[in-house]
Amino acid sequence: MSKMLKTFRKGGIHPAEYKLTDKSPVEILPLPEKVTILLSQHMGVPAIPVVSKGDTVKVGQLIAQGRGFVSASIHSSVSGKVVKIDSIPDLTGYKKPAIVIEVEGDEWEENIIQSTDLRKDITFSKDEILEKIRESGIVGLGGAAFPSHVKLILPQGKKAKALIINGVECEPYLTSDHRLMLEYGEEMMVGIRILMRVLNVRKAMIGIENNKADAVCHLKDIASKFHGIEVYPLEVKYPQGGEKQLIKALTGREVPSRKLPVDVGVIVHNVSTAYAVYEAVQKNKPLINRIITVSGKSLKKPSNFVVRIGTPIRFLIEAAGGLPENTGKVISGGLMMGKALNSLDVPVIKGMSGILVLPEDETKRKSIEPCIRCSKCVTVCPMGLEPYLLMLLTQNWDFYRLEKEMVLDCIECGSCSYICPANRPLLDFIRLGKTDVKKIIRER
Amino acid sequence: MSSILIAILSLSSLGIVAAIILYLVAQKFKVLENPIIHDVEDALPAANCGGCGYPGCRNFAEACVNSDSLDDLYCPVGGQETMDIVANLLGKKAKQTDPRVAVIRCSGSFENRPRTNHYDGASSCAVASALYVGDTDCPVGCLGMDDCVEVCEFEAIYMNDKTGLPVVIDEKCTACGACVEACPRDIIELRKQNKKDRQIFVSCINTEKGGIAKKYCSVTCIGCTKCFRVCEFEAITMGNNLAFIDSDMCTLCRRCVTECPTNAILEINFPLLNKTSEKVNTDIKK
Amino acid sequence: MSKLLTVSPSPHIYGKDTTPNLMYGVIIALIPAILASILYFGWGAVIVISVAVISSVLFEFLIQRFLLQKKTTIQDGSAVITGLLLSLCLPSNFPVWLIILGSLFAIGVGKLSFGGLGNNPFNPALVGRVFLFISFPAKMASWPEAQGFQTQYIDASTGATPLSIIKEGLGKGDSISHLMDKIPTYQQLFFGNMGGSIGEVAAVALILGLAYMLLRKIITWHIPVSIILTVVIFTGILWFVNPEKNADPLFHILTGGILLGAIFMATDYVTSPMTGKGMIIYGICIGILTVVIRRFGSYPEGVQFAILIMNGFVPLINYYIKPKRFGEEVKNG
Repeated sequence: MSKMLKTFRKGGIHPAEYKLTDKSPVEILPLPEKVTILLSQHMGVPAIPVVSKGDTVKVGQLIAQGRGFVSASIHSSVSGKVVKIDSIPDLTGYKKPAIVIEVEGDEWEENIIQSTDLRKDITFSKDEILEKIRESGIVGLGGAAFPSHVKLILPQGKKAKALIINGVECEPYLTSDHRLMLEYGEEMMVGIRILMRVLNVRKAMIGIENNKADAVCHLKDIASKFHGIEVYPLEVKYPQGGEKQLIKALTGREVPSRKLPVDVGVIVHNVSTAYAVYEAVQKNKPLINRIITVSGKSLKKPSNFVVRIGTPIRFLIEAAGGLPENTGKVISGGLMMGKALNSLDVPVIKGMSGILVLPEDETKRKSIEPCIRCSKCVTVCPMGLEPYLLMLLTQNWDFYRLEKEMVLDCIECGSCSYICPANRPLLDFIRLGKTDVKKIIRER
Repeated sequence: MSSILIAILSLSSLGIVAAIILYLVAQKFKVLENPIIHDVEDALPAANCGGCGYPGCRNFAEACVNSDSLDDLYCPVGGQETMDIVANLLGKKAKQTDPRVAVIRCSGSFENRPRTNHYDGASSCAVASALYVGDTDCPVGCLGMDDCVEVCEFEAIYMNDKTGLPVVIDEKCTACGACVEACPRDIIELRKQNKKDRQIFVSCINTEKGGIAKKYCSVTCIGCTKCFRVCEFEAITMGNNLAFIDSDMCTLCRRCVTECPTNAILEINFPLLNKTSEKVNTDIKK
Repeated sequence: MSKLLTVSPSPHIYGKDTTPNLMYGVIIALIPAILASILYFGWGAVIVISVAVISSVLFEFLIQRFLLQKKTTIQDGSAVITGLLLSLCLPSNFPVWLIILGSLFAIGVGKLSFGGLGNNPFNPALVGRVFLFISFPAKMASWPEAQGFQTQYIDASTGATPLSIIKEGLGKGDSISHLMDKIPTYQQLFFGNMGGSIGEVAAVALILGLAYMLLRKIITWHIPVSIILTVVIFTGILWFVNPEKNADPLFHILTGGILLGAIFMATDYVTSPMTGKGMIIYGICIGILTVVIRRFGSYPEGVQFAILIMNGFVPLINYYIKPKRFGEEVKNG
């Protein structure tokens, strides 16, 4: 492309892309026998169960009510019988409350419109839409799982000028957003129009990295039919999917330290979230399934699946050809920011965008060498921090200086650990330092 | 000749001028302080470990001199002996405090607690604990890296490679509490030091139901209350499927040890009683 | 499951750069300079370079293995670089025993006494070089002339470096225009036809190395560019004010160790600042100090001292000069 593509300026890396599944159409995964629905799939307060053991539930039925402002409701993703409400190991292995449902048939709530027709006309008022989004338990599907309705209610005195839709998908391997944009582009556009109405903005910008040229073309075609929505191809650079980096790339504005995007007049939502909003508002369908990329070089059949929330990971991997012999690591999410799993029995949650299976030889970390102060971590840090220093300060328990060196600005993108020639676990310690500093600030 | 003379004279006068300046500055910035603080500081072990709650021995000495009573002040490193000397110097009375020693309340060795995954991150318990449950299924057990070993200023803890658990060297432990703070899982407890360093304690802090906990660890406390019922001295309390032996009340009668069905109660530095306790003991000690 | 899964914090993918990779990259960048030195100084250069490299690696191995009794780190290539850089700033007729002494000082005192790679505040090669320069000034003042491949070693014909010609000449009251006649043409200077240490003479070879390191992203442009620009500007001002007493900027860049120092010595990872801004400040200060020493000091050349002095300031620079944090520039509208 002749003209320069937009991107953020500071730092960033270029990990290998490995987009193995960008040509595989989304398949609908059959129902598992049993689903485990965790009650804390979002940031904020866990939901409270409103069903009890032995109840029969339908697809889309509310089974746990969000409480407090930052929380999200949870709906049954299958029809069947509640067999257990207990503590079940979540993605970290620590036990968290969950509802286990045994699948019987596939009976949906009556008010959910199951047809796939596009419903383009938005007939609801701003408050009605907001209420629908809140009731549907939609959270940010990009990974952070922040309750979406909270993001749509702007703080007093703040005004959004533009909506940014994140279709960057800068993580290696992941293609769920890519496929969604290709296959459900129009639905997503309606979802964006709905979000625009709620936020009362006239402009929406979709940022897509240029390695998804087909999605860019496709969406540019459709966007002409929707007023106010524009598609921007972006230069490929990690971590462009980070909220602050994307805003910088698209608008040139930097969100100040510890401030929200709305402070520079924008709101960011993920493409999957926009699609979920469409389904919730136009089809009354709560968030009960999502697209997940199951990928890995040694997998027999890497695919993109539409998966019901609560399906065990093992079931997904079986559907993708089974766990390869040489598996060393199974990751939920992307290579850069995902979480390694200690068991295949953990369930799919709302914020999960991919399951990656890595062979053994790619998982071992190399031995840690002394820091040679090459300053590569400083160069690649997209937040302008000094990772080598933050790690040192964490190891020395110097939390006062850690705070002064703005450790809380770290977005945990992992660029520093990625680039370090001495294989130092920079992010491991920075994350620890962040937690400790947060604790100290809370105590104040 | 004259040049040597000039050099000597000029240097000497320079020296004298500097000395006068130094003297004046010293006079001007003279800090008056109680000389007894210095004496108290000399009596302290000078470990600067922070175990007393003050940043260093000097600050602790100041606190001793400035406070009315020594009841809240205790140097864990020097122990009662040091506190008596300090009390003597200051003409105050030191509170009688029993010396304490750190114990590791987890027996989940490689053998007793099978590993369910392989941890490959930074070698730090704090990092691993924040990340996930650990390389076993026990959510509260020892993670087996060396946060406690590293933080110990007295080299009183080492890692036993065979069990993957830390071992406290009683003679070196000063009960400064640094390891207690460093352990992200709060496994380490400071207990009363007994004769011959003998110690009886429940070596587990797992509060899950016995049936579940037993699945991932063979020496977990299952909360069966057998020890609680057999103890004549009310030293054992039960709560959350977990027994706890109060070291101040325990008389080291060893009846609970034989009673425990999972060998969760450890006895250290005792002559052998029976085979099972021997097995656990050799696992954990040395 | 028979095999256990591996769990570690993110990220789960790593870049290809490793410490040895970067070190060997620097060594590759030094190859043109090494070849040029052999071309100009012949066997002397071969002997000096090989002795310095071998003894540096050997001393690192011996000290780490027997004195410190820990894992040796000779395979990471940093000792090779130290040896290479040390040898490149020595004359080609330098006695073997002094080279070995210099390597010992560079590795033992300059590097390992501070805790090995990553902990040394001063560039070890420069520490070794300055040690030799101050302890054995006579040996370090006779510079063989670069006149094609020679077979002589100790008894190579020597002469003064362009810088010392100027220094001495100015001391005697000569004017620059007069002195310039004794100096090779700029073209010769560029390709290295002059007296000097074996590595510093061929500007073209050093610039090739710089291009390679920038291309492979081993170093950033900040340090070399800021040093060279500062020298150009500073000497330019002096020259403009009084061209009879001051040599012109091009002369200053092409002679002495400016290029070698700016490209390979000042950019040493361990002893240079961490941020771009810090690197520029560091570079400017080195440039100014170099010119000050050259022009107003008693030594004809000042790069090595300038770099060592600024090495000492690096912790201070790192403490105060922070990178531009994200969100600092608030743009409205």
